[in-house]
Amino acid sequence: MPQTADKVLDHAPLFREPEYQEMLKNKQVKYECGHPEALVKEIDDWTRSWEYREKNLERTALKVNPAKACQPLGAVFVAAGFEGTLSFVHGSQGCVAYYRSHLSRHFKEPCSAVSSSMTEDAAVFGGLNNMIDGLSNAYSLYNPKMIAVSTTCMAEVIGDDLHAFIEQSRQKGSVPEDFDVPFAHTPAFVGSHVDGYDNMLKGILEHFWAGQERTPNDAINIVPGFDGYAVGNNRELKRLLGEMGIDATIVSDVSDVYDTPSDGQFRMFSGGTTIEQTKAALSAKATVSLQQYCTKKSLEYAAAQGQETASFNYPMGVSATDELLMALSEMTGKAIPDSLKLERGRLVDAMADSQAYLHGKTYAIFGDPDFVYGMARFVMETGGEPVHCLATNGTKAWAKKMQALLDASPFGSQGKVWAGKDLWHLRSLLATEPVDLMIGSSYGKYLERDTNTPLIRLSFPIFDRHHHHRFPTWGYQGGLNVLVKLLDTVFDLLDRESNKAGVNDISFDLTR
Amino acid sequence: MLEDENIGEFNEKLIEEILEAYPAKSKKKRAKHLTTAKVTEAGEEGEAAGTDCSVKSNIKSLPGVMTIRGCAYAGSKGVVWGPIKDMVHISHGPVGCGQYSWAQRRNYYVGTTGIDTFVTMQFTSDFQERDIVFGGDKKLEKILDEIKVLFPLANGVTVQSECPIGLIGDDIEAVARKKAKEHETTVVPVRCEGFRGVSQSLGHHLANDSIRDWVLEPASKADDFEPTPYDINVIGDYNIGGDAWASRHLLEEIGLHVIGSWAGDTTLAEMERAPKAKLNLIHCYRSMNYICRHMEEKYGVPWKEFNFFGPSQIAKSLRAIADMFDDTIRENAEKAIAKYQPLADAVIAKYRPRLEGKKVMLYVGGLRPRHVITAYEDLGMEVVGTGYEFAHGDDYKRTGGYVKDGTLIYDDITGYEMEKFIERKRPDLVGSGIKEKYPVQKMGIPFRQMHSWDYSGPYHAYDGFAIFARDMDLAINNPVWGLFDAPWGEAA
Repeated sequence: MPQTADKVLDHAPLFREPEYQEMLKNKQVKYECGHPEALVKEIDDWTRSWEYREKNLERTALKVNPAKACQPLGAVFVAAGFEGTLSFVHGSQGCVAYYRSHLSRHFKEPCSAVSSSMTEDAAVFGGLNNMIDGLSNAYSLYNPKMIAVSTTCMAEVIGDDLHAFIEQSRQKGSVPEDFDVPFAHTPAFVGSHVDGYDNMLKGILEHFWAGQERTPNDAINIVPGFDGYAVGNNRELKRLLGEMGIDATIVSDVSDVYDTPSDGQFRMFSGGTTIEQTKAALSAKATVSLQQYCTKKSLEYAAAQGQETASFNYPMGVSATDELLMALSEMTGKAIPDSLKLERGRLVDAMADSQAYLHGKTYAIFGDPDFVYGMARFVMETGGEPVHCLATNGTKAWAKKMQALLDASPFGSQGKVWAGKDLWHLRSLLATEPVDLMIGSSYGKYLERDTNTPLIRLSFPIFDRHHHHRFPTWGYQGGLNVLVKLLDTVFDLLDRESNKAGVNDISFDLTR
Repeated sequence: MLEDENIGEFNEKLIEEILEAYPAKSKKKRAKHLTTAKVTEAGEEGEAAGTDCSVKSNIKSLPGVMTIRGCAYAGSKGVVWGPIKDMVHISHGPVGCGQYSWAQRRNYYVGTTGIDTFVTMQFTSDFQERDIVFGGDKKLEKILDEIKVLFPLANGVTVQSECPIGLIGDDIEAVARKKAKEHETTVVPVRCEGFRGVSQSLGHHLANDSIRDWVLEPASKADDFEPTPYDINVIGDYNIGGDAWASRHLLEEIGLHVIGSWAGDTTLAEMERAPKAKLNLIHCYRSMNYICRHMEEKYGVPWKEFNFFGPSQIAKSLRAIADMFDDTIRENAEKAIAKYQPLADAVIAKYRPRLEGKKVMLYVGGLRPRHVITAYEDLGMEVVGTGYEFAHGDDYKRTGGYVKDGTLIYDDITGYEMEKFIERKRPDLVGSGIKEKYPVQKMGIPFRQMHSWDYSGPYHAYDGFAIFARDMDLAINNPVWGLFDAPWGEAA
């Protein structure tokens, strides 16, 4: 009997105890009718071969372990960045339970959103009544300042007309006449969560901007895009803008709602871009996106209003931050202050101190298109070499731009771009062309196990490590955080591989 | 809350007060889902005295209220089918459903993932616009072919329908039949589109039916399995954090042979063989009673509910199970109880003083809102409110045996109600899900996820009870709860 009250064993040690091991073996032999061990080993080896890789890459219909989610997740995320805004997702209710869980598991924070809970009758007759009752209930119970409506694939397949439904609900008194209910169609079978972000953002901007007079001023709007590190990054962004003295509005800022304090009060809403700011954002001189592939339509819309636009690709590291600051400086006429030059110098200093440990390291990088781009760019600045760059939701245009980035640097010469591929493809790539390090989300842990490639968690979602998203990865300060993560992984590895006394500890160095 | 106030009356008033926030039409509807348990006399047909917990249940959630429920797909793919380890489960439709449920239910299993087992993987047909417009059957055929090539050791495939499938008129049954024949394997189509039914519950039912029609029915395949008088299936134990293993250990110790374990660490062969068992033991009644009733009707396998949470229920269940067999098993059961009681006593001696009198509110899924109550009581704790996401009337009836007079009962609770109930009742611990965890903790109230065991477990059987007790203690007695108020500023 392994269990005692003195030292309670939970699942990890408990099932390693001999009596459980024996029980599991017995179950396998007597009842499971599994395949012989030798065959499992043979197939496992085969899945790591070039032959398997080729068959795997020939796949056209099946996706296995994709690194992307569906549009409404992005819609819920971007809507949460507006003050007092409740997402209302029109369609089946299970979807909303999923978005909420997914975001909570990453941020370790509450995530509030409601569904119109459509069922079979709504599939037949449409979801108008669900919209009418749903808006009324959500408004009465949660007292939001704005309700942002998006859709699940069910509502999209049956073709519900959000605009007409919302107006009819308004007429029926579900929400007051002047209450803001922006909306966006966010079909799950088109694009991914980054497109849902874009569509919902555009929906919100259109709601406040359409038909309004634009009186251009010198302010600028900054759209961060879908970002698992938004809590740390948006705050860092605001600090940088403050240092530069720029009058800027972060359009959709989730940093406060996904980072509320524990002080006895549950805040369903916290912080975010206010309605007044959103309205005023029409008159801004420019709208700047920090993630090009999250904001295509929104930027087009801003440009159509007469604004300047510019987009970046998840600005990490030295030159990407330089570029962002210079662009902001040029747009606003504000000089980049010495304080930021100092920060820049400190990041470069740290990179110089540690360059020997990162130079020539090879990487697999997966995630959203902008993240993969920004990460690869920074990796190359450290002397690292991106080998596999994969975005399941990457488009052909992204692949082209990504390839150009790799082509422009000698450190990118080994790099291949994989748009539309998934993490089971990446398993084949890692098995046939191994790399030193992998950068991505928690989903990468299965690849770490299967291919022994150390995983550095730097994107979304991160479920199995806590609180990293509270620290920035953007800007020079963020670059420092990222640098330390890369280095810690390298150093831990060096120690792990040389920590058996008398066996392999020759290189177990005190100073590195 | 005033100590001397009648608890039932307090709760009734609280319900009335909370309902005030709803628009009239919704208020009327929600009122039927909230109540307090009321004492009942011993029944004429020999039922023990208990409480009446009846509320309206298994009804559509109101739109816009922030229901905590999921959908039929979650009930089928997420609960019943997902843990069948040697089959590939395709989330058929757009990418999201499979993505959000990928590896989230902690159905532990043994195997080489991606080679002969597939539980913690996400297989999806990743529907695009053209699949919606032209239908997805051709794509599904292609997918089944690709699985055949790339995952040759998969012992079968299930097709878990997402919303669009039923709306665009795909014939997944025809594809399943065709490809099962061609590949000489099992292909199970499940019509668990998320818009069907009102919660996960219909998904459980549909998944059970698909096991009946597509696994048990054709499974007259020769199996050299030799039956014994002690063969049982454990049904409705999803091996969360290894629950089913802790239970199996104990059941084997009393001399029973667990020939099938549904559904956690389970192979297709275990399901196919199930009708050969002498008894089906069912833990989660809600999600798997359908297949037990079917096996009883068709194959004459009796079924029995049991409860392996906490030493009181474990001993009671072991004796009741043993009574279905013979003296040998009965003796073994007594021996096992005698062997483990000192462990249970030591656990209680250690933790009860730290947990005595603590009040708990629960809001979970299938069986736990009632099954874990006695385990809390074993530790001196008291459940003051409980409710289910997707229960039916028979679940609330069964709850009556567990809860005390005046206990708050809530069905398909909304985010608003939960927050208000907790705010007013200020329990010492809340047990619910990931969506509820952080709002509750912000309020300064300790919380444990009672779907995933908050990444801990197992909680079943004696080995699990020790972990359960430790976890409740660490949740409630962590020093962080004393740090919420800054020591400066306005006096309270």
